[in-house]
Amino acid sequence: MSNTVKLTINDTAVEAPAGTLLIDAAKLAGIEIPAFCYYEGMALQAACRMCLVEIEKAPKLMAACVVPVAEGMVVRTESPAVVKARKTTLEFLLTNHPLDCPVCDKGGECELQDMVFKYGAGESRFTEVKQHVPEKQWSPVVFYDGPRCILCYRCVRVCGEGMGVGALGIVNRGVAAEIAPSHGDHLECDECGACIDICPVGALTSGAYRYKTRPWEMEHVGTICTHCSNGCKTTLGVRNNEIVRGNNRDRSGLNGEFLCVKGRYAFDFNHHPDRLQTPLLRVNGKLEEVSWSRALQVIVEKFKAGGKTGVIGSTRIANEEAFLLQKFARTVLKTNNIDHHRSGDVVTLLDSLSGKSATLGTSDDCYNAKAVLIVGADLSQQQPFLANQIRANYRHHKAGVYVATPGAVREDKIARGAVRTGEDWLSGVESLRDKLKGESELLVLFGDSVKGEGVRKLVAFGESLGIPVKYICLVDYANSRGAMDMGLLPDLGPGYHAVEGAAGLTLPQMMAAADLDLLWVVGANPLARHKLASDKAFVVVQDLFLTETAQRADVVLPAASAYEKNGTVTNVCGQVQRLKKAVETVGAKSDLAIIGLIARGMGVNLGKVDADAVFADIQKSVRGYNVPLPVIVTGGAAQTMPVNGRVPATVLPELIQSSRDTLFTTGTLTRYSKILNEVLEAPGGLYR
Amino acid sequence: MTFSPELEARFADLLTHYPPGRQRGALVPMLMYAQDEVGAVTPDLMEELAKRLGITVLQVDEVVGYYSMLHKKPQGKYHVQICTNVACMLLGGAEIYEHACHKLGVGHKQTQASGKFSLEEVECIGACSWAPAIQVNYDFHHEMTIGKLDQLLEGLQ
Amino acid sequence: MKLYNPPSPLETKVISKRFGVPNSWRLDTYLATGGFEAFKKAMEMTPDQIIDEVKASSLRGRGGAGFPTGLKWSFVPRNTDAPRYIVVNGDESEPGTCKDRLLIEHDPFQMIEGILIAARVVGATCGWVYIRGEYRYLIDHLDSVLKEAYSRGYLGKNIAGTGFDFDLYSQTGAGAYECGEESALLESLEGKRGVPRIRPPFPAVSGAFQSPTVLNNVETFSSVPEIIRNGGKWYADLGTPKNGGTRMVCLAGHVNKPGVYEVPLGMNMNYFLNEIGGGMRGGKKMKALIPGGSSCPILRADECDIPMDYDSMAKAGTMLGSGGMMVMDEDTDMVKVALRIMRFYKHESCGWCIPCREGTTWLQKMLARIVDGNGAMRDVDMVGELAKNMLGRTFCPLGDAAAMPTISIVEKFRPEFEAYVARNPFASSELVQVG
Repeated sequence: MSNTVKLTINDTAVEAPAGTLLIDAAKLAGIEIPAFCYYEGMALQAACRMCLVEIEKAPKLMAACVVPVAEGMVVRTESPAVVKARKTTLEFLLTNHPLDCPVCDKGGECELQDMVFKYGAGESRFTEVKQHVPEKQWSPVVFYDGPRCILCYRCVRVCGEGMGVGALGIVNRGVAAEIAPSHGDHLECDECGACIDICPVGALTSGAYRYKTRPWEMEHVGTICTHCSNGCKTTLGVRNNEIVRGNNRDRSGLNGEFLCVKGRYAFDFNHHPDRLQTPLLRVNGKLEEVSWSRALQVIVEKFKAGGKTGVIGSTRIANEEAFLLQKFARTVLKTNNIDHHRSGDVVTLLDSLSGKSATLGTSDDCYNAKAVLIVGADLSQQQPFLANQIRANYRHHKAGVYVATPGAVREDKIARGAVRTGEDWLSGVESLRDKLKGESELLVLFGDSVKGEGVRKLVAFGESLGIPVKYICLVDYANSRGAMDMGLLPDLGPGYHAVEGAAGLTLPQMMAAADLDLLWVVGANPLARHKLASDKAFVVVQDLFLTETAQRADVVLPAASAYEKNGTVTNVCGQVQRLKKAVETVGAKSDLAIIGLIARGMGVNLGKVDADAVFADIQKSVRGYNVPLPVIVTGGAAQTMPVNGRVPATVLPELIQSSRDTLFTTGTLTRYSKILNEVLEAPGGLYR
Repeated sequence: MTFSPELEARFADLLTHYPPGRQRGALVPMLMYAQDEVGAVTPDLMEELAKRLGITVLQVDEVVGYYSMLHKKPQGKYHVQICTNVACMLLGGAEIYEHACHKLGVGHKQTQASGKFSLEEVECIGACSWAPAIQVNYDFHHEMTIGKLDQLLEGLQ
Repeated sequence: MKLYNPPSPLETKVISKRFGVPNSWRLDTYLATGGFEAFKKAMEMTPDQIIDEVKASSLRGRGGAGFPTGLKWSFVPRNTDAPRYIVVNGDESEPGTCKDRLLIEHDPFQMIEGILIAARVVGATCGWVYIRGEYRYLIDHLDSVLKEAYSRGYLGKNIAGTGFDFDLYSQTGAGAYECGEESALLESLEGKRGVPRIRPPFPAVSGAFQSPTVLNNVETFSSVPEIIRNGGKWYADLGTPKNGGTRMVCLAGHVNKPGVYEVPLGMNMNYFLNEIGGGMRGGKKMKALIPGGSSCPILRADECDIPMDYDSMAKAGTMLGSGGMMVMDEDTDMVKVALRIMRFYKHESCGWCIPCREGTTWLQKMLARIVDGNGAMRDVDMVGELAKNMLGRTFCPLGDAAAMPTISIVEKFRPEFEAYVARNPFASSELVQVG
């Protein structure tokens, strides 16, 4: 390759693409150049001076984080001068650092500690008084300890460049310089905590995690966040069967280290005191605690008795559970009356794309597409990771961002074109036509205001641009997409095949059916927005909490949360990832296990009821899910390839409605997250 | 927040000094000129300038804390700034500063209760060849002595 | 405007020749004494011819770094659609320096003409004169001068009938030494903290508002009209080879006639001190001298028999810097000088990079402890060593500026430090008083 540069680092010949920064070229060659302020993907600072190296012919040591490789460059990263510079820089750094490592949350995973261990001096020569300022609390989740801060400006950059929020800045000058929050003494921001995770030392600490444990006392379980549909990997720090931390510092998973407030903090619903731990049975009009066997016995009797039955699945249960649920409904209960809360019109999108060159977009496309169009969604609030990908795309690739939304959105600031639309979003999109035509490719993300015919019009618009177009139909929850793929629909089975026989009742129809005999609700809360018309209906609910629906139930079974089970979920872009059990709540069982127990009680053989076995079944029988197992098993995200062909949908897409959650809400779960309820901005709002 | 017509006119003119969309360039001058009128960089002032320049209050705050002439608390009617940097020190700047402390009864960056005088020991003010030098508000006084300082301060009484 | 110090007959007055002339700052005075002839001449020359003339003059930046001006101008891309700007560094905050204010006070049109010639070279349309906030009187003065220039057609559209357009504005600083560093100045001009930028790109390519920019000191621009009027060679011949012309030296400290004087480059330093500076005050002996602002390594009295030009000073291990010469007599306490210098740099460190932020703070505390009588022997070595640990490792030259004088003072006046330490009863032991 002509644009490859040859250089020598520590007497080793190294090749790197032209323009590569020396620090990265060294990394490619397996040579570590230490740094605090340098952070891949963020603006360069050259502030910490840890990466100083010797470059032949340069008059002084050079910062490897800002010097691009050059042909014939001869670099030394371990020469006596370099080693001494590092040692003295660390010595300078430690002069005002409090060295309170024994009580610091970061102790054990602190970059400064590691750096001093590796490159520092064993003794301290500093005998003066240290600069001190008291610690400050900026929000329920963010604390700042100024003296520990080494001013690497990572937090300022991740908040400004990364999140597009800009809630952190630098005030004062010289040794008094420190990080400051957006509103004088407190933060008003996304509360995402990215600043805390990215902090190389213990200057920024988490209100949720402070003083709870030492890092090495935790088990780290990588699983998928159970809140929104973006499917971020969150690595849960577990100690004594309690989740004490969520982060993704190992950058495993499609989200790298991105997490929003929910992924990082809103795991706390899991340990809420209101979690159900015993089955409940309605006796004399009141729900009473009963044993599992008693509860199951009642359910089995009712299920066997039959009658007009409705089944409502969840947008948060695992694919395996959704798959087994619809299988149970269709083969055992013999009904197509099965549905879930639908928040995006994936079905019409798949049908509209039938026979067209356009395809479905992925989260990677959000980062790589030359241009992105957002229609009818406050992405930064509703789809935080996809929004983050788009911001990074703009920052790193100068992507063209276009916005057609009913109100102001964060993406306006980086948009090449932004229009405010009313109900008629299509004319807004049309007004961007000329600009969009000038792009070489386009990724379209659309919210729930685009449904039914609207989706077809949008796809027709895309086709008419004459450039390659991909689409992402935005949905609400962790497994909204999986619920559809698995066939929790009255007219479509797994893989969007037409059901045998007539289509069943939709969710609103079930709720409205006065003659409904039996309603089985797995992980959903339809009574939060619908009335149940049938007084006589026997209601079985599986849930974590005593929701509105559970309060109406005749039997309530305590279900395990997503963090308490194995299985898979499919994100908004159709990427399948694995849930990994991190903790357990005594008394609760996974929905999969519960379905299995009911089946056993009814004497029905559904095959082997464990997550792996059911997933194997899904791989075989659900179109698009024949994905490579190793990718998922190793914690990766496998792209499903859904149907390319007509989707024989019969149900009107008009019932689709997003909950319009913000960064600080996710349906029922939010109520049980102390952190989400504590932050100033909660519940926030869209388009402002 | 409202400013005098003169200051508004100055702001209007200032904003024409920068390339389109880069009006933030006026921030430091606006802060300086507004501080003269308002007496300090107050939270209201920061908010107003942030609004006018389309930046966040935090972005204004970052700048305010950086520059040593911008202050969030009001100073005395006469802000006495005494240079003690090398050129002035060699010719008695430090002694003049000490004297001023006693004379005015206040220390570094302090203001008299009456609000009349405030004192600051400043870094080089660019009058080295005519040292020791001091500034009262924006006025330079060169080749100072303790006697000349007494005279000057008494003249301001 | 009155003169702050009487001129010396031994000066070579090129850029200060109008100082003291009645109404020297008025346009009519300027026009009557050859003003704008150079600009009109430049309008007849090609940009390359002008650059060649400036190169021939061997004019070097008068702000401190001494970079050849013609070369600097030649780096600015001219065949670009981007607007090009001129920025004048009038921050003048290097301790010891007080010359630029005189040039703007007494002969502002000379600077303006220099700016216009530079603008002609690179095709700039607009410029700013950045002046430190403490010089408010000077900013007000310049504003009235700019007003006169606009009203008389020497700024704005079709300047002096040449068809050339150029706008010039004043811009106030707000108290930050660091803003004298060119890229920090640009940040300040853009309404930000005065933190230096990563370079490259240099201002010539990406300067004010990310456009190509000519950025020079007030004195540098002020020197340009006479160079164009009389030719580069004429100017060069005033000085020594590679060190053309004259420069303003700000003499301060223990001399009889402190003041700002214009002398040809290459003048002998002792000659300057004695003949122009009038020798030492009170018949005292000279101990040391800081030759060009507080960031320059110090010279002992016996090291001052050298020509004052960039290269000779470099040979002597120091710099001509910004022309701020501070002379110290035999009674001067060099430890206190070292402390005062470090206190300044600690106060002015922007805090961006670790070695400067922490290094200046540590050194200031340590030097203060020594002066307070709590120093130990090992501290004396450590002062020099810590300064060396900053040298060449900081983000911008401020760290070097703090380190260089400190290193030289410790090396050259070590006994004075040891004498301080000797007064501490614990000095010889390993015990150090903390506090």
